[in-house]
Amino acid sequence: MNAARGLLRVDDLVVRYGAATALDGVSMSVEAAEMVALIGPNGAGKSTLVNTLSGIVRPASGTVHIGGRLAHVPEGREMFADLTVDDNLRLGGWRNGRRGRDTGHVYEVFPELAPLRRQRAGRLSGGQQQMVAVGRALMARPDVLAVDELSLGLAPMVVASLVRHLRELHRERGLAVLLIEQNARMALELCTRAYVLEAGRVVAEGPAADLAADSRVAAAYLGGPVEATR
Amino acid sequence: MSQLLEYLLTGAGIGAGFALVGSGLVVIYRVTRVVNFAQGAFAVIAAMLTSSLLASGLPHGAAELVAVAAAAATGLLVGVVAIGKPGTSPRAALIVTLGLGVFAYAVEVLIWGDQPRSFPGLAGAVEVAGARVPTHYLLVIGVTLPVFALLAVFFARTDLGKALSACASNRYAARVVGIDVTRMGLLSFALGGALGGLAGVLVTPVQQVTFDSDVTLIVNGFAAAVLGGLTRPAVTLAGGLLLGVAQTVIAGYGGGAYQLELALGLMLAAMVVQAARTPAQQEATL
Repeated sequence: MNAARGLLRVDDLVVRYGAATALDGVSMSVEAAEMVALIGPNGAGKSTLVNTLSGIVRPASGTVHIGGRLAHVPEGREMFADLTVDDNLRLGGWRNGRRGRDTGHVYEVFPELAPLRRQRAGRLSGGQQQMVAVGRALMARPDVLAVDELSLGLAPMVVASLVRHLRELHRERGLAVLLIEQNARMALELCTRAYVLEAGRVVAEGPAADLAADSRVAAAYLGGPVEATR
Repeated sequence: MSQLLEYLLTGAGIGAGFALVGSGLVVIYRVTRVVNFAQGAFAVIAAMLTSSLLASGLPHGAAELVAVAAAAATGLLVGVVAIGKPGTSPRAALIVTLGLGVFAYAVEVLIWGDQPRSFPGLAGAVEVAGARVPTHYLLVIGVTLPVFALLAVFFARTDLGKALSACASNRYAARVVGIDVTRMGLLSFALGGALGGLAGVLVTPVQQVTFDSDVTLIVNGFAAAVLGGLTRPAVTLAGGLLLGVAQTVIAGYGGGAYQLELALGLMLAAMVVQAARTPAQQEATL
């Protein structure tokens, strides 16, 4: 292996669901305090990759090395709908033991959630639920946050606010982020590096700006060349 | 008047037993979404074991304690078979528990025979405002109420209780935050087993137990639990008490043959009302 081992390093990962191959030899990495985007069409295997990183899906072969703690913000927010916001957050610290379940630091990041702490999570708006989902992941005190579809189904203003929060966490705490997004334009603007996943394989990787300028990527994921908007 | 009070208190004692059987169903369903049809067997096994242990000279208290522990172990075993394989659907697990409940008959008959068993509970009777109530009924009530209070506190106030509820609330999210969903399910089966066992050892002194008593126990316990949608302990307790009192009053005024029909009727009514209220999408999340 060349260079230093990254905070998160995946080598030649293969994941199968029965006869179907979801990931076919994926290698990628995230360095400490780096923001990396993972883009690609539906069914490319993006969520499978994150589910494998967080241990929910077992790989058929290949290795996952995580030199710290990874927390997972699942696609669709996945609330414990009939538990309160505060209980949702507390359970995010489940692996930490009793002492790691103080939720105070999450309300400092998301002051918007403080007045909602006793509400059932199922009653919240989509944007509020996404904050709870990110906050729940922060409860694990992660070094790297894997966010699966931050913007899906949310209004642009809400997404902008979430992105601000994410940037702040990255800048102030050195949190590394692996961002999976169907909004490729946003992801490439936010992150420094990116991978393009298609049909279970990495088909392109590099600095986000280079990928955004790549005519193939632009045509497939950005709705035409990006020169016009930059 | 004192006659009615006697029925009410005796009925509450019987109903507390139903509620205890129901509480085990609730604990297991709340965590796994499995309706555990082997729940009655936990009570029968604990009751039979207690009668054997008492006969072999073990004192009261110790015998019941061992039997409840054995019922918890039985619950764990049923859980391992029913949900031990990750990815088993609650419906498949339900059928497994039904099969295990019938299998338990064979084991019980083999060990204890097919004759009814009982053992003495608290002797005597207490006078309450002119009504004579057997002391043992008061013991059943006196144990059941704190057990339900503990359950309520456990689920609402402790992280373990919340993690258990989270498993059924959103299985995927539970795994995302690192909760071992299968282990939590097994824990709920063990707890359900202990509660079923407790019901068995408390009820047997006032109601003989045979290997197939589980049917009566589970019909009444289910009727109590289904009022609370199989998830709410407090409603289960209320349902059990209501059912016990109603049955005793009906029996007392001459309708003894219709006790089980009352439970079945109540259960059906509750299920029809709930089926009409529950949105179909809730099923889809299973």
